[in-house]
Amino acid sequence: MSLTQDSDPEVVAATEGGDGLAVLAQTRVDPVTKLTLKPPRAHGRVIVWLATGWLVVMVFCAVFADFLPLEKYSAPVGPPRQTPGLRFDEPLGTDAIGRSQLTRVIYGGRVSLAVGVIGAAVAMVLGGLIGLIAGHFRGWVEAVIGVVMDTVLAFPSLFLLLTIAAIFTQSLPLMVVSLALIVTPSFARLARASTISFAQREFVEASRAMGATHRRIMFRELLPNIAFPVASYTFLMAAVIIVAEGSLSFLGLGIPPPVPSWGGMVSAGRDSLATDPSLVFVPATVLLLTVVSFNILGDRVRRRFDVRKSSL
Amino acid sequence: MRRVLLVKLAHVVVVLLLVSLLTTVMLELTPGGPAYAILGESATTEQVEAFNQEMGLDRPVVERYGEWVRNVVTGNFGESYRTGQPVMEVVKARMPVTLQLAVMALVMSLMVAVPLAVYVAYHADGRVDRAWSVVSSVLISAPHFVVALLASFVFAVRWKVFPVTGWEPLSNGLGPNLRSAFLPALTLALGEIAIFSRVLRADMITTLQNDFVLAARAKGLSAKYVLFRHALRPSSFSLLTLAGLSLGRFLGGAVVVEVIFALPGLGQLMVQSIFASDLFMVQGLVMFIALVYVVLNALVDLAYAYLDPRVGKVRAG
Repeated sequence: MSLTQDSDPEVVAATEGGDGLAVLAQTRVDPVTKLTLKPPRAHGRVIVWLATGWLVVMVFCAVFADFLPLEKYSAPVGPPRQTPGLRFDEPLGTDAIGRSQLTRVIYGGRVSLAVGVIGAAVAMVLGGLIGLIAGHFRGWVEAVIGVVMDTVLAFPSLFLLLTIAAIFTQSLPLMVVSLALIVTPSFARLARASTISFAQREFVEASRAMGATHRRIMFRELLPNIAFPVASYTFLMAAVIIVAEGSLSFLGLGIPPPVPSWGGMVSAGRDSLATDPSLVFVPATVLLLTVVSFNILGDRVRRRFDVRKSSL
Repeated sequence: MRRVLLVKLAHVVVVLLLVSLLTTVMLELTPGGPAYAILGESATTEQVEAFNQEMGLDRPVVERYGEWVRNVVTGNFGESYRTGQPVMEVVKARMPVTLQLAVMALVMSLMVAVPLAVYVAYHADGRVDRAWSVVSSVLISAPHFVVALLASFVFAVRWKVFPVTGWEPLSNGLGPNLRSAFLPALTLALGEIAIFSRVLRADMITTLQNDFVLAARAKGLSAKYVLFRHALRPSSFSLLTLAGLSLGRFLGGAVVVEVIFALPGLGQLMVQSIFASDLFMVQGLVMFIALVYVVLNALVDLAYAYLDPRVGKVRAG
């Protein structure tokens, strides 16, 4: 789903490769719909840079958390329930038992980002391969794969995660696996659509005519072409995974304490919503900003690389 | 059309069979077996054996699976071990809550999304359009619990317009019922408004390029008339499919909202059953929700194929 306003594909096509003057000459106003059919501007640029900046900061903090001058996340460091403020000492305040919110947010971000990035990467590889196989072989292979994917999709995602949490004890690897699981069918669907669209091209037909094995066609002709469009969705899926992890932690089914998690912090602060809203809104805001950044960046990357015309 | 129907039906049946298989198998997968999970770590071997015999868990998996499928087909989704209540009974008691929440959220989101999308489609690239683009990005990304807590804080804690938690059933009066349901429905609706408006906007803009719109305007019809009476209907295919799918998503996905606002619905039931290690309840509930979800999705797909004959067999996944 696009952030910027590329509404008219004909206009986009008409202005491709044109210079500024030609572009201006083609500007016109449609009298009926009042659409000013001008070429798409680079609006939203500021927001994309802000999003990237935020993610860079978050990743930096997550990776180098141990080396930053932070207090420990499990020990009380000051008076409890301090509100956030512009100061050097505990700028994000303290929680109900005096632990540093800043440290906990950063360490919680570690978990969320790790799960999000690794989970999205795993899902991309797995889903990509599955979709590639389905799109290349078609026939019964595609039907079987489709049924299996649909079985995973048959559960509302949170329900599936809850079911897995009910059966097994929660741990980081299990979370990565289960979160990757709910996103894999989306990647598989994308990879399949991309593969099918490329498999009809002449170079694939030529390769087949030259007697190339299935493996060669899939990995030398198709895979390099679908890699970018499929990978372009990674950020968006990472956002989905981070939200899901947050919800799991909120319900108490995420990484068990004492490791902090954003969802867990929000849940813990919920009882004091009336008296100390910062306990809830500090982790909630960080979570929101991170997910929004992933979505904005992911949208931009997807628009750049996706072969499909429709924006859905 | 008939062929599409048959294929879809076969698909649904196969998926449901796989789902039922999964839900039977999941009990096997609990570390130590379902007996330990339900009775607790400290259960003695005799207790475990007695439990297994009582529940028929010592029979081969294939036999149990067959019985499970037969039960599901007759509407028996198992019983809770704790309370002995049949799953279906509990589901029937809690379904209206989740259903009302889902329907309210859907209606609210459509009521806002449709006029909004028509407006921004007509004034594409205008100030409202650009602003809404950013806002909708945020709304789409926001996790339900964040939106719920924000809404709760503003409207229930600070301004005290709505209750913070709790559910008033219809028997206590329509007013209290709607008041208690408003904030949860709003939480769910906000995300959907963003999605619906984007979809409708894109489709509307495409539709507005058509000649028949120009013709209608040339005949002297007002912009509002043309927009709502001529352009909206052909643009609403994707929106309607999405709306149908959203309903299914709400039924299974309102878990967090139900927990935060303490609504006695299916989602809260799921969470409670998990924490109580009531695995039979979890098993039955998951099967039920999956059934509803799959059937609903299939109906939406069929409706879409019916409305738009161009769709045909273009199905991904």
